[in-house]
Amino acid sequence: MAQVVIKDSPYNVKKAKILDIKPLTEKEKLFKLVFEDHTWLDFEPGQFIMVSLMGVGEIPISICSSPLNRHYFEICVRAVGKVTNCLHKMNVGDVLGVRGPYGNGFPIKTIEGHDLLIIAGGLGLAPLRSLILYAIDNRRDFGEIHILFGCKTPSELLFSDEIEEWSKRLDIHFACTVDRADPDWKGNIGLITSLIPGVDIDPIRTYAAVVGPPVMYKFVIKELLAKGLPVDQILLSFERHMKCGMGKCGRCQIQNLYCCKDGPVFTFKEIMDMAEAL
Amino acid sequence: MKIEQYRLIEKTKINEFIENLLLISKVVAPVDRGFKNYVFQEIKSADSVSLKYIPTIIPPKKYFLPQRETLLKFNIDKDLEVEPVVEYENLILFGLHTCDIAGIKCLNTVLSDKPKDPAYLIRKKHITIIGIECNDYCDEYASCSFVGAHIPTTGYDLMFTELDEYFIVHIHSLKGADIVEKTGIFKPATAAQFEELKALRNNKFKIFNNEIPTERRYLPDLFDRSFNAIVWKELENRCLSCGNCTAVCPTCYCFDIKEEVDLNLKSGERYRIWFSCQLDPFAKVAGGIDFRRERSARQRHRFYRKFRYHIDRYGMIFCTGCGRCSRTCMAKINLKEVLTSLIKESEAKIWRKWL
Repeated sequence: MAQVVIKDSPYNVKKAKILDIKPLTEKEKLFKLVFEDHTWLDFEPGQFIMVSLMGVGEIPISICSSPLNRHYFEICVRAVGKVTNCLHKMNVGDVLGVRGPYGNGFPIKTIEGHDLLIIAGGLGLAPLRSLILYAIDNRRDFGEIHILFGCKTPSELLFSDEIEEWSKRLDIHFACTVDRADPDWKGNIGLITSLIPGVDIDPIRTYAAVVGPPVMYKFVIKELLAKGLPVDQILLSFERHMKCGMGKCGRCQIQNLYCCKDGPVFTFKEIMDMAEAL
Repeated sequence: MKIEQYRLIEKTKINEFIENLLLISKVVAPVDRGFKNYVFQEIKSADSVSLKYIPTIIPPKKYFLPQRETLLKFNIDKDLEVEPVVEYENLILFGLHTCDIAGIKCLNTVLSDKPKDPAYLIRKKHITIIGIECNDYCDEYASCSFVGAHIPTTGYDLMFTELDEYFIVHIHSLKGADIVEKTGIFKPATAAQFEELKALRNNKFKIFNNEIPTERRYLPDLFDRSFNAIVWKELENRCLSCGNCTAVCPTCYCFDIKEEVDLNLKSGERYRIWFSCQLDPFAKVAGGIDFRRERSARQRHRFYRKFRYHIDRYGMIFCTGCGRCSRTCMAKINLKEVLTSLIKESEAKIWRKWL
């Protein structure tokens, strides 16, 4: 059996160095990465990369920095599995393998010129942060921007300093809620769905971008439809276990769609009749 | 059909031909392992080949998409060093049935879809395919005429068809022509044998009847109506979720990617390995949510992947009618029976709508 090296293999990884690690909560850390050859990771908000730790494994992680930032890119990682736990033990200067970006990302050219309603549940804020930062960088191209964020407890609040900044901005409407409060919490208490009826939006000219745990979607979509949002203006980003990122391995298949290639962002219209999607 | 592309070889000379193949490169052919089990394996002499065989346990996809295949080699000793690799060898696959050739065509479609899989394409380039046409059904599990895989069309270099005293050989590529020339035991086909071949093909339309009481073109419609059919619920009670059906399927290509570290803890490799949608962890995501938790949903997924989803995606039916899944199933789930009961159920629904 002959064995040859194929440098152009789609499974080849690029080396990325950790520039900075910032703990966000107990379980989540923000990694600032840069390619060792100083090339630019050219991506759209909502796309993901495959991050690999050689000898441990490879996992899909969404990029959470602004696509306009050409100096570095960021990923927000929660320590839940083998690879993510190892990632949390890494130090500044260590090298990871990265391939990508994969997926379609949010259709920003379609959204531009419309109002944007962002609904993030927990770690769902990570891929949406990329969209938020893009919208902030191009603020004049978007209409009203509403951000709704929900998480379990105040201690799980991600990007808390940025959230504070967003909530102070005049050109962004920000609301936040927690499922269970602690004594110091002054904000809203309740599920994220409780925030939706209160947002002041013009449903016809609003695009909603929703990312969160799988259980969240059904209830949020119900509220959005009640608000009068058209089905093709509800954008959802799905989480599936992906192994190749190229529509081959079959792990992320939702009926005839591959989450990694046709998604992870789908409009509600595309998947509303599909079982196994939500 | 051009007569110039056809050659003849006497039946008695087939062993000589195989011996000649062995001189060219490694040869893989069906070998009898007893109890009606056949396998594709490397042969050392022509005697071990069995030309009359029912589909082998594992289809020849194992040479195109090996069960375990190294993707990368890495070393983290000083710096992170990564080398993507491909493993291949020159191989002649001898004696493939048309169903298995159809299976390879399905794999070709998927793995040359963008982004292409270079490892697969390199390996494919080094494999020569020599087929043998079936003049009759291999056994009662086959449903090749339903999916149209019983007549050789494309996907082979040489195709042998058995006539009375001869094999008539279709040369379909220069690679095939090379082999014919090198062995030098072929005669040009005469008009008589050519007519005999045509008659045989016509006769095959009588022997091979549509095994399933519907037509191929009605499949999308049938499956669109059957997502919530009771048939799937019945399968739930029988399926053991062992994954045999997908392992032996010539068109199943789903895989997992894993790593293995050497004992020095510095170097190792990343490999891909066959995986099955029938197994429990396949559709699980972080947090323990499983999008196909019930066995009925997994079996349904398998059938939809064969007969519905890939029609939208690639314009092909991903079943070759080889019958391996039915032959190997421990719970005796039979593809033909499942399709037949789906048709019955949906017909009943249509009638109810009209009455």
